[in-house]
Amino acid sequence: MNSPQPACAPLVQIEDLCVTFTGGKLPVQAVSGVTLNVARGQVMALIGESGSGKSVTLRTLLRLHPERRTQMRGKVLVDGRDVLALSPRELNDYRGKTTSMIFQEPLLALDPVYPLGQQIEEAIRRHEPVSRAEAERRALALFEQVRIPSPARRLLAYPHEMSGGMRQRAMIALALACKPQVLLADEPTTALDATVQIQILLLLRELQRELGLSVIFVTHDIGAAVEVADRVAVMYGGRIVEEGSVRELIRAPRHPYTQALLGSRSHGAMVPGQRLQTISGSPPDLARLPPGCSFAERCPRASDLCRSSQPPVEAVSADHAVRCFQWQVPERAAAPPLPEPPPEHPVGDTHAPA
Amino acid sequence: MSTWHSLPKTGPEAPLSVVDVGGPAQPLLTIRGLVKHFPLKGGLLGRRRGEVRAVDGVSFEVLKGETLGVVGESGCGKSTTARLLMQLLEPTAGQIVFDGRTVGSRDLPLKEFRRQVQMVFQDSYASLNPRLTLEDSIAFGPRVHGVSATEAMSRAHDLLARVGLEPARFAGRYPHELSGGQRQRVNIARALALRPRLLILDEAVSALDKSVESQVLNLLLDLKAEFGLTYVFISHDLNVVRYMSDRVLVMYLGEVVEVGPAGALFDNPAHPYTRALLSSVPSMDPDHRTEAPALSGDPPNPIDPPGGCRFHPRCPIAAPACAQQAPERSSVSPLHEVRCLVHERGSEHPKALNRSLHDPSNLLRPHNAQEALA
Amino acid sequence: MSSTLAPRRRTLPVTVQQSPGYWQSVLHRLLRDRVAMAAGAVVLLLLLMAALGPWITPADPYAASMLKRLKPIGTPGFLLGTDELGRDLMSRLMIGARLSLFMGLAPVLCAFVFGSLIGLVAGYAGGPLNTVIMRTIDVFYAFPSVLLAIALSGALGAGILNSLVALTVVFVPQIARVAEAVTTQVRNRDYVDAARASGASAFTIVRVHVLGNVLGPIFVYSTSLISVSMILASGLSFLGLGVKPPEPEWGLMLNTLRTAIYTQPAVAALPGVMIFITSVSFNLLSDGLRSAMDNKGAA
Repeated sequence: MNSPQPACAPLVQIEDLCVTFTGGKLPVQAVSGVTLNVARGQVMALIGESGSGKSVTLRTLLRLHPERRTQMRGKVLVDGRDVLALSPRELNDYRGKTTSMIFQEPLLALDPVYPLGQQIEEAIRRHEPVSRAEAERRALALFEQVRIPSPARRLLAYPHEMSGGMRQRAMIALALACKPQVLLADEPTTALDATVQIQILLLLRELQRELGLSVIFVTHDIGAAVEVADRVAVMYGGRIVEEGSVRELIRAPRHPYTQALLGSRSHGAMVPGQRLQTISGSPPDLARLPPGCSFAERCPRASDLCRSSQPPVEAVSADHAVRCFQWQVPERAAAPPLPEPPPEHPVGDTHAPA
Repeated sequence: MSTWHSLPKTGPEAPLSVVDVGGPAQPLLTIRGLVKHFPLKGGLLGRRRGEVRAVDGVSFEVLKGETLGVVGESGCGKSTTARLLMQLLEPTAGQIVFDGRTVGSRDLPLKEFRRQVQMVFQDSYASLNPRLTLEDSIAFGPRVHGVSATEAMSRAHDLLARVGLEPARFAGRYPHELSGGQRQRVNIARALALRPRLLILDEAVSALDKSVESQVLNLLLDLKAEFGLTYVFISHDLNVVRYMSDRVLVMYLGEVVEVGPAGALFDNPAHPYTRALLSSVPSMDPDHRTEAPALSGDPPNPIDPPGGCRFHPRCPIAAPACAQQAPERSSVSPLHEVRCLVHERGSEHPKALNRSLHDPSNLLRPHNAQEALA
Repeated sequence: MSSTLAPRRRTLPVTVQQSPGYWQSVLHRLLRDRVAMAAGAVVLLLLLMAALGPWITPADPYAASMLKRLKPIGTPGFLLGTDELGRDLMSRLMIGARLSLFMGLAPVLCAFVFGSLIGLVAGYAGGPLNTVIMRTIDVFYAFPSVLLAIALSGALGAGILNSLVALTVVFVPQIARVAEAVTTQVRNRDYVDAARASGASAFTIVRVHVLGNVLGPIFVYSTSLISVSMILASGLSFLGLGVKPPEPEWGLMLNTLRTAIYTQPAVAALPGVMIFITSVSFNLLSDGLRSAMDNKGAA
């Protein structure tokens, strides 16, 4: 069970994952059959809106759901080990060492009563038999790696004493403390200001390249996904509706939902004075999923077949798959134009006033 | 007595909005020198340790019928400004003039001002009383101003229908039974119940999913046209602001650093901070990803703002003069103003233009920049 | 949700689907909580017993007889034995319920009214008024409740009414503190700001928006004080400061049966058992109420 996989096998293999929450009146089908592979050193973005199941999928990789109220079925293999079958002790070894996670709100994810240096050292010493001095040294090195200014001083700071961007960097440092193979990111930049967000996204991209991490990045912001990801999977109603390389998905999306999402956000989509293209209706109730495609009731191309049966996964190209009956039907409006390179705003320009 | 006192306030004859007092040329809202400092208490006896200078001398106008977008990051003071406009906070200094009348004066008592200006908050759940039904929440405002219970209720139902929520199904519900987008629609309906002229939208769509956001933005545009509203649209999403706004205001550390027409400001940003903000929007093209962040560091804390120009510690084109001299507002073009030494005539910044040398009408005047400006 | 505007029309009175209100759903949830319902049944039984007291006692609670003193449990005619004056213990326990329950509920009710008022004013007003009120409350809060109750009772003299006043004064600071905390929380919510923004007066805002959201948590906290009040009252009677003999009250009975603890320990412990059962039941009910209120629509 612990044999390391050959280099070509995907590092993360999720097969037909189903997660149901049984807390409320009706069981909630948060994830219904997700299959996803992430290779070593690859960045996969999971895009979707609230209720799509993206965060639930991510958290299943660390088994963060309350055990009593969650039913998980399927296979989740990380480096050959089945995460769903780990014993509690094995799970604690796995968390942090093989896979770690960064969250949306660092203030809530970091312990407020311990200085950051101590939290990092605790994490390191939990997984590796190193001395205190060695752990401190490594914590300092981590802070330097995530570009925190005055790192030695900041190691002694408490989370509330740092600004939002620095806290997020500190959380990244904490996540990387034990040199994991997989980094999970749950909307890490959503709560940040624009100028800080781009810094963190670029930092993640750099670190990922340097350390050869596999990253699964959950977000609702397509722009953030485009900046960091190699591949993108779009989720809706607990299922993956489209998956492909970031280039192909952005330029030639096939699923009506992806097309609508991209259509509302691409350059030239928001013209002042004109109404925005909207997807009518609202996301499905995960406790009462329809028998057919969950997007059918909002889809402009839905047919009776769509409403009655689950569309199978079909291959658009070698690395682009879509779950739709109607993907070959051309979109009525023209496909979103190829995004032009964004207008340059060189900040250091000697800008002569008009 | 102003004319609006004599108009019936209730019933079908009541006008949709109060009569325009100042005329179309009069800005609807004029803010002059608005300041808000929050004292920091500390030490043994709770003595003042310093101040949070959240809003430090903000002046701008909101023209009738326009949408003024306000952008800025944490600590810039935009939310505090919104609350000051609504008089939910007492300004430390400054004046707010609504349609030519000073707020709080005898011409315009606070309660009457509140009828004409309303706000939609960011957190759609926290903005609704969880114990009141939706119709009660919406009818509360009119009831406070003397509208009868039945009339208020029918107004509430009318507004619910107008924002796309069927009254028969939704009026008797409670906030926790709705989704975020639906709640925000209710908040908009609640804000419109008093038939205001100005609506302040403080990050009203920021917490919504993108598809829901588009629906609510369309709704806001429709309502603006139908009711003749004026909007102040605060947001951190530059694409949305560009789409919604006629003019845009950029704030940094409690000051207005740039203001101008949306198109001009986004196409030709004058202030280095605006340029940095625009560059920070993630690229949508996988082949042309962002290579370097426009700004380093986090937005600073308004507790101890730097001297001179507040942006100078992070500014890529800062000169030594920027630490000494605080810039004044200068014009880039007739409607486009910026607060930056580069654009200020005769400032010490090496890249500043000395207009007196380039302005053809000054050819006969002395070349000395200082004398020309005297 | 449609994003286009509905066509403008003159609104006719519509029949609106009413969702269950907050308290309705709380009751619903409470009814499904088995532990709370069991506790509630016990409380109901006790209240019934107190209400019907004189008509259901098997014997005269005041009939003393030196011949029959300290009979054990199970004596024919005196099912739970007799006390040190030969009176039927079962009847005395049943009548004692009246006073004991009264001393548990009445001070808490009075304290709820006064404490909520004080806390609401302090919480909503904020600033210097808040400081003055709350620091004054703190002075009383600093005293341990038992000592304060004894001191006040002693100063006012023995008797039911005086104990009632003493206990109310003991509980007002605690309830006021909770009330102030909750009011401050609610006051800072956006919907209160929205109400201020629509020009409502402070009184209207408190009445419509604050009260409904604040009374719930205060009420739940107060119910947790009922058992405390009962025990304090029993304590006061035990010390001779509350109820005077021959009135049956559980605490008083504990006192007078003290000496019998070596000869008839089971009988001597019975009033204590009643206090225990009643306190636990009120506590469980209060806990259940808190859980039922926790789920939805947090204030």
